[in-house]
Amino acid sequence: MNDAPTAGDAAPLELRIDAKSYRSADGTPIEVIRNFELRLEAGSFGALIGPSGCGKTTILKIAAGLDADFSGSRRPPGAGRLGFVFQEPRLLPWRTVEQNIRLALPADQADVDLTDLIGTLGLDQHLVRYPGELSLGLARRAAIARAFAVRPDFLLLDEPFVSLDEMVAARLREELLALTTRTKVTTLFVTHDLEDAVELADRLFFLSERPTRIILEQTLSAPRGGRSEEFVASISADLRARAARSHADAGKI
Amino acid sequence: MWSRLLSLVTLIVVWAIAAALAHSRLLPGPVTVGAATLAEIRSGELPFQMACTLGRVIASFAIAMILGSVTGYAMGRSKTTDRFADPWLIVLINLPALVIIIFAYIWIGLNETAAILAVALNKLPNVIAVMREGARALDPELDEMARAFQLARFARLRHVVIPQLAPYLAASSRSGLSIVWKIVLVVELIGRPNGVGFVLGSAFSLFDMVRILSYAISFIVLMLLIESLLVQPLERRANRWRRRPA
Repeated sequence: MNDAPTAGDAAPLELRIDAKSYRSADGTPIEVIRNFELRLEAGSFGALIGPSGCGKTTILKIAAGLDADFSGSRRPPGAGRLGFVFQEPRLLPWRTVEQNIRLALPADQADVDLTDLIGTLGLDQHLVRYPGELSLGLARRAAIARAFAVRPDFLLLDEPFVSLDEMVAARLREELLALTTRTKVTTLFVTHDLEDAVELADRLFFLSERPTRIILEQTLSAPRGGRSEEFVASISADLRARAARSHADAGKI
Repeated sequence: MWSRLLSLVTLIVVWAIAAALAHSRLLPGPVTVGAATLAEIRSGELPFQMACTLGRVIASFAIAMILGSVTGYAMGRSKTTDRFADPWLIVLINLPALVIIIFAYIWIGLNETAAILAVALNKLPNVIAVMREGARALDPELDEMARAFQLARFARLRHVVIPQLAPYLAASSRSGLSIVWKIVLVVELIGRPNGVGFVLGSAFSLFDMVRILSYAISFIVLMLLIESLLVQPLERRANRWRRRPA
């Protein structure tokens, strides 16, 4: 045990959700997740892909430790420093962009140099503005900057490209790729868009309809970043077909 | 700005005409009252009495705001606390101001503590009710964000909670200031040997309308100054982020 001083950095994410349900408004319990088991190596980028309403956000919240009301177990990677990019940016409207980005920094690092991060995300010109003055694309960037500013061991992204136009989304994907490659953070990313996942992730998890479980896992060996369009297209087509078969099989049970 | 000034001037003119028509000791005109006020200021009497009252206003206002905010926040955040404390709140809301004042003077004695406490208790339930609404309206999504980023308790309060409560704090302090100073006068009338309320009481027993009007008007002016030089700038500062360029 003593010979692993950096064990915290190398620990994988392990998440097992045997069952998760919530009560609907009329009091009947609804099961959203069953027999879900996920293991993600330290420093890798995992993507959860599934139909909307399949409980992806719930899985993310459980992984983050924000929802303890489930049966199963959770072992976060690293020292547990969390970065979370929510689907809505969730910035504080009464603080400037810069104050928002620095919000979660511990007191002894409050003035740490973030020029690089802010530059990568193209936020230099907007630091003194308030979130209400930003476009959705810029607000998402600010939320991503906030998550990276704390140098997380574990990064969670909930559909960060949804309702952005393709130009903005493409740029944001590149920026995200650059940031996650540079910092070697363990990332869990939720999306309904397979191309996004194939371009960014090195491990894909396909989810079933509710109650959600993993029906197909795929590791992508090609290095992240610089995956060609043809590669993304062909892998996506192949995976889509296999995922459809798995969905059909899952339906038969 | 100009229309406000015009409205004020009209009020004084109407008062002057009414006083001239009535020609009575019971309705002195603005000039008489103004002269009396200046004399009272020069003698130091009016500043002293106003300072006594203002001190009580500030003390009881501060107590009511601090206690009320903490209690209201606790009740808004926890259903158990709310269920327990709500009946007390209802009793306190419906207790007439005069009854609270009498209780305080009888149980605590005719002293400063009783006076300030009585006023604070009168204001308290209103602050609690407003702050409870504020705490209930806190955004759960920002709460979750704060938990995800493991914000320290103080940082969470300062950056996430208090800015959301600011409009409620402003609303309760605005209504609070006017309630508090009105009740302070009653407390002084009943059981204090100084302050604007005491002066008004003794002037009343002499039917000294000049004195009553000069003290009442001076105090209104003071409260308006506090409102426009202190409360409003603070509110503007808290709402800076709402302004958006077109």
